[in-house]
Amino acid sequence: MTGAVMAAPDIARALTRIAHEILERNGGADDLVLLGIPTRGLPLARRLAERIAIVEPSFDADARSGGIDITMYRDDLGRQPTRSIGATTVPSAGIDDAIVVLVDDVLNSGRTIRAALDAIKDVGRPRAVQLAVLVDRGHRELPIRADFVGKNLPTSRSERVSVLLDEIDHEEEVRILRSEEGGAK
Amino acid sequence: MRHLLSTKDLSREDAILILDTAGEMAKTQERENRKLPTLRGKTVVNLFFEDSTRTRTSFEVAAKRLSADVINFSAKGSSVAKGESLKDTAQTLQAMGSDGVVIRHSASGAAARLATSGWISSAVVNAGDGTHQHPTQALLDAFTIRRHLKGGEAGEGLDGLTVAIVGDVLHSRVARSNVWLLTTLGAKVVLVCPPTLVPIGAETWPVDIVHSLDAALNGYAIDALMMLRIQLERMTGGGAAFFPSPAEYTRLFGLDGSRLARLPQHTIVMHPGPMNRGLEISAEAADSPRSVVVEQVGNGIAVRMAVLYLLLAGEEVA
Repeated sequence: MTGAVMAAPDIARALTRIAHEILERNGGADDLVLLGIPTRGLPLARRLAERIAIVEPSFDADARSGGIDITMYRDDLGRQPTRSIGATTVPSAGIDDAIVVLVDDVLNSGRTIRAALDAIKDVGRPRAVQLAVLVDRGHRELPIRADFVGKNLPTSRSERVSVLLDEIDHEEEVRILRSEEGGAK
Repeated sequence: MRHLLSTKDLSREDAILILDTAGEMAKTQERENRKLPTLRGKTVVNLFFEDSTRTRTSFEVAAKRLSADVINFSAKGSSVAKGESLKDTAQTLQAMGSDGVVIRHSASGAAARLATSGWISSAVVNAGDGTHQHPTQALLDAFTIRRHLKGGEAGEGLDGLTVAIVGDVLHSRVARSNVWLLTTLGAKVVLVCPPTLVPIGAETWPVDIVHSLDAALNGYAIDALMMLRIQLERMTGGGAAFFPSPAEYTRLFGLDGSRLARLPQHTIVMHPGPMNRGLEISAEAADSPRSVVVEQVGNGIAVRMAVLYLLLAGEEVA
């Protein structure tokens, strides 16, 4: 299977559902902090925060969302050309004792999330860390699973999943590509 | 980027990448736990043929904050004092498994020789070679200027700013590095020094040259004022060979309270250290709130972390 698998309305519905699931699981928005993983996790975290703020007006989307760059914690730094470091913006109140929801576009091997857990540890000590992803494509290499999933997408290893978002790509779609066609992930 | 040898061959794109990376590094240094795991298992050798506590310590702290192992190798009391050549020293370090070499040497071009000779495969960072270049100092100066006068935004250069560099330009690798880097980043550079301390060939540099600090204050809207140290140890014949007396130098080129007051309100005062208080800068100017000398030291660590990261983190070039 190749081609578009989620269109803009599908992405919007998935995010709205995840926002509700996060609130349901945690009994409200108290102590919630959403941290996106660059690049496409950043706008996704932001969108989830905005959706949560609609349901829980006391939740300040600006103050409770941010981003955490994981580049310096990767386990494959020495195997690739030098990567440039993305921005880390943690809410000014910090994340100690907060419930941190990590947000990324695609969950694949789980190595990014392992790196993110290390990165979080250096910023503070949250009460719990949960994981929300737009797409779970399988092929895990580490014992990591997502708490909130937009869409489970069974793929073969030779395929690539490409998530396009308005904020970055000026397009809104999830596609499966054959690996030789390239793509974001 | 494979080595960092000179700011002259640094593109604007690379310079801004280093400054942006340094910005993220600086943020990590405000945390409770300032250590990052990024260069675990890498070895950085500080190879210092010239004494320099400040620069060596700064590189050492930077490497350690990235979890690299650091070996300090200074010429005094080492095999170099027994007459070992740079080549033999370099090959010894290579055999010990160094991934990066930070070199300070009294001979201009020593870092480039080490990087291009084929003696070693390590990345080479020039930490000062003779009167040639000291790129990380210029980068930390640019980082400090950007932070104060451009809001420190990622991706920004120093476009439209005027930076005056005052004093012993002839013996200053800091000045040479800054001339090229600041120009590449879009700033205008004004050199302020006695005619005896203008380097040969400076007329071909992209700079204006004036011969008194008052002329610079009158002629230019200076955004950053960089005071250089008078390097008596490099002056053959002592200071007297270059200016009539220290008192006259101070009168024409020293920054004191009254000259400080004539600078625009936003102007910052910089010095690469160590300062000769009372010669090129008065205590009043050095300790004023507009002096960013102490902040330069902290920024030096962030910039050196960025350089070490960019040179050492990626896959090894075969």
